Amino acid sequence: MPGAVDESALVAALHTGDEAVFAELVDQYSPSMLRVARGYVPSHEIAEEVVQETWIALLKGISKFEGRSTIRTWLFTVMINIAKARGIRERRDADAEIAAYTGGTVDPARFRPPDAPKWPGHWKEHAEPSPFPDTPEGSVLGNELVAVARRELDKLPARQRIVVTLRDILGFDSGEVCELLQISVANQRVLLHRGRAAVRQVLEDYLAEVL
Amino acid sequence: MRCIALVELVTAYLGGELDGQTRARVDQHLRTCAGCVQYVEQMRVTACTVGKIRDEQLDSAFRDRLFGAFRDWN
Repeated sequence: MPGAVDESALVAALHTGDEAVFAELVDQYSPSMLRVARGYVPSHEIAEEVVQETWIALLKGISKFEGRSTIRTWLFTVMINIAKARGIRERRDADAEIAAYTGGTVDPARFRPPDAPKWPGHWKEHAEPSPFPDTPEGSVLGNELVAVARRELDKLPARQRIVVTLRDILGFDSGEVCELLQISVANQRVLLHRGRAAVRQVLEDYLAEVL
Repeated sequence: MRCIALVELVTAYLGGELDGQTRARVDQHLRTCAGCVQYVEQMRVTACTVGKIRDEQLDSAFRDRLFGAFRDWN
């Protein structure tokens, strides 16, 4: 998680045209901004345009920036508005669509059938999850797991990818994400849960192969 | 509570978003179910692993465009 920074100093530095500060912010946020923007627009090129427009909007607005919201929140709020305006996807029915899907996030074959005489709905004997190994910071396996997670993240349905990125990579809390995306608390949680569960599954598959 | 139901509550559980009664049922289940304890732990580790995704390099041409915009502005 990016550490807490003194944002008034950042704003002042941007104001005076400090390119190093701009570079730091661009490198910190642009990859996630692209990932989120891509969920709204039809191509990577348009996502880049959206991100670029957002940075320009920040520079234009920097003198009026009063620090009421953090730079991060400001960036994503403005960017999502720009992305929506450029987007072709119809998103008005997002909440209804999420609610309509009720499938489980774990292969039902791993559980005893509902009519089993003993322990229905519990893990089958050889289908119980096993511990993920400890992976010290910077270890080869740890780095591989992050790479596997990233590939899966980029394959998730757009809304799940957006929510997982905002929550787990950027560290926004659930209330902020609901506000940014205009979705309900329950649906925010469902999207986060499905996204994480999909990544968990590929990590488990990967570890079963390499360990 | 059955394992197949518990696995769908893990994100709410980890986020501290379950109501007291449901949380107590989850805790009670976890006291006797090693598989679900592992599942919760796997989901926690998954979120941490996703949280380590960050060292992507921006496409250099794109990065240059952003800096161009910055210089034009100043």
